[in-house]
Amino acid sequence: MTTNSEVTRRGSATAAGQSGSAEQRPQSGEPVRPPVDIWEDKDGITLCADMPGVSKDRLELRVDGNNLIIEGQVQLELSGKAEALYAEVRSSLYRRTFSLSGELETGKIEASLRDGVLTVRIPKRAELRPRKIEVRAA
Amino acid sequence: MFGTTTNMPSSVFDELWRLQQEVDELFGSWSSPSGIRSVPRGSFPAINVGQTPDRVDIYLFAPGIDPKSLDISIQQNLLTVSGRREIRAEEKASYYRQERFSGEFRRAISLPEDVDPERVQAKYVDGIVQIGVQRRESARPRQIEIQ
Repeated sequence: MTTNSEVTRRGSATAAGQSGSAEQRPQSGEPVRPPVDIWEDKDGITLCADMPGVSKDRLELRVDGNNLIIEGQVQLELSGKAEALYAEVRSSLYRRTFSLSGELETGKIEASLRDGVLTVRIPKRAELRPRKIEVRAA
Repeated sequence: MFGTTTNMPSSVFDELWRLQQEVDELFGSWSSPSGIRSVPRGSFPAINVGQTPDRVDIYLFAPGIDPKSLDISIQQNLLTVSGRREIRAEEKASYYRQERFSGEFRRAISLPEDVDPERVQAKYVDGIVQIGVQRRESARPRQIEIQ
């Protein structure tokens, strides 16, 4: 068994499974936009993304200016000379970008990946968390 | 003369036919027959299938499930997978997006006729269920030597 992403390659009905292709980025089609859940509570924003087939070392999470960019490479375990018979996932790359807002503390973003689900926690700046305003009786 | 459609100038049909060809080229599989068990785009879990002369591998893109809750069965060459992915919504949080699938799912896919339902293995890695099915010996291409 070798590992690579050939089965996800666009139009890969014929050639597949060259050794060493695990390390190269396949010339696949448009990246897949992973579905996400995003919610906010008083301390910050949490994002969950479905990225099946991505291992920790093939996940890239970066903040570029005001944008949070999520990228991951799918890795499938294939037999030596496999060819694609049927493919609903036609790219081996996941990518999605979100723009952040100023009250979020981008330096303190935490992320975890488990069973192909990425969870990202973006805290709000402490001084900008909502404060309850007491109304005092006059 | 024989009904209204036959009276139309043939160029109209030529035009329609040409248009159909163009649409076919543009969208490819959209207008070709779809599999009887095929599902709309975006169904959960997505499935890819790869094959070699001696085995067929099925990849289910099923992140965040408990693999023990999966029910995988093969009858002749029809593979059926069902299970459940429960996503509990956070309380005291306001949601902006809820795109991820939650609930019960069931998918069926027909495999090449020569798969051996007795020799199947499945594993769950990084959110992908990989099911490997061996093919029957007799179906493999054999090299025939010339004496």
